[in-house]
Amino acid sequence: MPSTREIRRRIRSVRNLSQITRAMEMVSASKMRRAQRNVLATRPYADRLRDVMSSLMARAGGSRKGTLLEVRSEVKNVALILITPDRGLAGSLVANILRRTARFVIDEKAKGRNVKVLAIGKKGRDFLNRSGQDLLAEVTKLGDYPKLADILGVSTNVIQGFLKGEFDEAYIVYSQFVNTLVQRPAVRRILPVEADQNPTAPASASSNYNYEPDEDVVLKDLLPRFAEVQIYQALLEAIASEHSARMVAMRNATDNAKELRRELSLTYNKTRQANITKEVSEIASGAAALADS
Amino acid sequence: MPLHLEIVTAERLVLSDDVDQVNAPTKDGRVGILPRHMPLITVLTEGELSIVKNGVRTEYAVFGGFMEVLPDRVTILADSCDRSDEIDLDRAEEARQRAEERIAQRKSDQDMIQAEAELRRALMQIRIAQSKRNNS
Repeated sequence: MPSTREIRRRIRSVRNLSQITRAMEMVSASKMRRAQRNVLATRPYADRLRDVMSSLMARAGGSRKGTLLEVRSEVKNVALILITPDRGLAGSLVANILRRTARFVIDEKAKGRNVKVLAIGKKGRDFLNRSGQDLLAEVTKLGDYPKLADILGVSTNVIQGFLKGEFDEAYIVYSQFVNTLVQRPAVRRILPVEADQNPTAPASASSNYNYEPDEDVVLKDLLPRFAEVQIYQALLEAIASEHSARMVAMRNATDNAKELRRELSLTYNKTRQANITKEVSEIASGAAALADS
Repeated sequence: MPLHLEIVTAERLVLSDDVDQVNAPTKDGRVGILPRHMPLITVLTEGELSIVKNGVRTEYAVFGGFMEVLPDRVTILADSCDRSDEIDLDRAEEARQRAEERIAQRKSDQDMIQAEAELRRALMQIRIAQSKRNNS
C-alpha cells in the first residue's frame, strides 16, 4: 500500500488537473457561444444570396459552360477542402473528420478520380502530410473568429482551378454543428454550384427583375461569392463544433478527475486509519509486554 | 410609403431600417433609389453608399456586392460595409501601409490581387471617413 504522503501528493496533482480542465471547459464554452452567434450572423447573407441566385436561375436555367454552374460529364479531378481545428484536445472530433476524409479520398480514387486537397487548419494539414496526399494549399492559424477575407486564398484557388479545368468538382469536408453534444463530419459539394436549393423567394417576384449591367455579369459576379460564402459558413460551423467538442471533452475530464479524487481520498483515509490502528496495536502490545515482565 | 433597407455582409447584419432614399455605387454609375422603384438586381462596386432618412444623410463605405431592389424593399449584399463614423482612421491607415508593403514585395500573383483589393478598400475608407469629418 502506498504511503499517505504519496497519496496526498496524487490528490493534489489530480486537483490541479481538474482545475485546468475546468478552466478550459469554461473558455471553450464562451468561445462556443460566440462561434454559434457568428454562424447565425452569416445566415441572412447566405439566405439572401440564395434567393437572388434562385430567381436568377429561374430565368437563366441549368448548366452553363464557362461558369461555376457548369456540370461536366466526365469528372477526373476533384478538389477537396478539408476544414479541421488547429488544436486537439477536442475528443474524437478530429479523428472523425479525418476518417471521413480518408473514406472520401478512397471512394473517389476507386472511381478513377484524382483528389487534390486544400487544408484549412493544422490537424488536417499534418494528417495529409503524414499520409502523403497531394496538398494544394494550406491555411492555418485563422483564430477563433475568422473573417470572410481569411478564406479568399483557398476559395480563389478552387474557383480559378475549376474555371481553368484543373478540377471538375469541388467538395468540402467539415464538422457540421448539430448541437452542443453532437457534431457530425459532413461532405458537401460546392462546385459546380447547385442550381436550386429550396428557394425561399416567391417565384412570382423573380421573373420581372431588371439586371444591370446584364444577367450574365450579375451571375458571373454572384456565383463565386456564393461558393465563398458556403466555404465560410462551413468554416464557422467547424469552429463552433470544435469549441463545443472541446467543452464536452473537458467537462468529461473534469468529471473523471473528480471521481479519481474521490477514490484517492477514500484510499488515503483507509491507509491513514490502518496506520493509526497499527500504531495503537503496537503500543498496546508493547505496554502488555512491559506489564508482563 | 417607406423603403425597407437591409444591408448584410457575410459577417453580420449591418443595418435593417426604413429609409426614404438610397444612393448606391453600381458598376454602371451611381443610382438613386426611391420607393416604388422597379425591381432591379445590380452589381455594386466600391464607393460611397448614402441613405437618407427624415432628411438626415448617413454615409457608408461599401466594397463590392449586390443590390436587390423591390418597390418597397432594398437588400444590399455587400462584401464589406462600414458606417462612415464607425471607420477607424488609424486602422485604415495601417491597413493601407500593410497593403502597400505587400505590393512592394511582389510575392505571388494571388497575393498581389489580394493586397491590391485591400489597398483599394483602405483608401476608400480613408476618403469617406475624412470627407465625413470635414463636413461635420
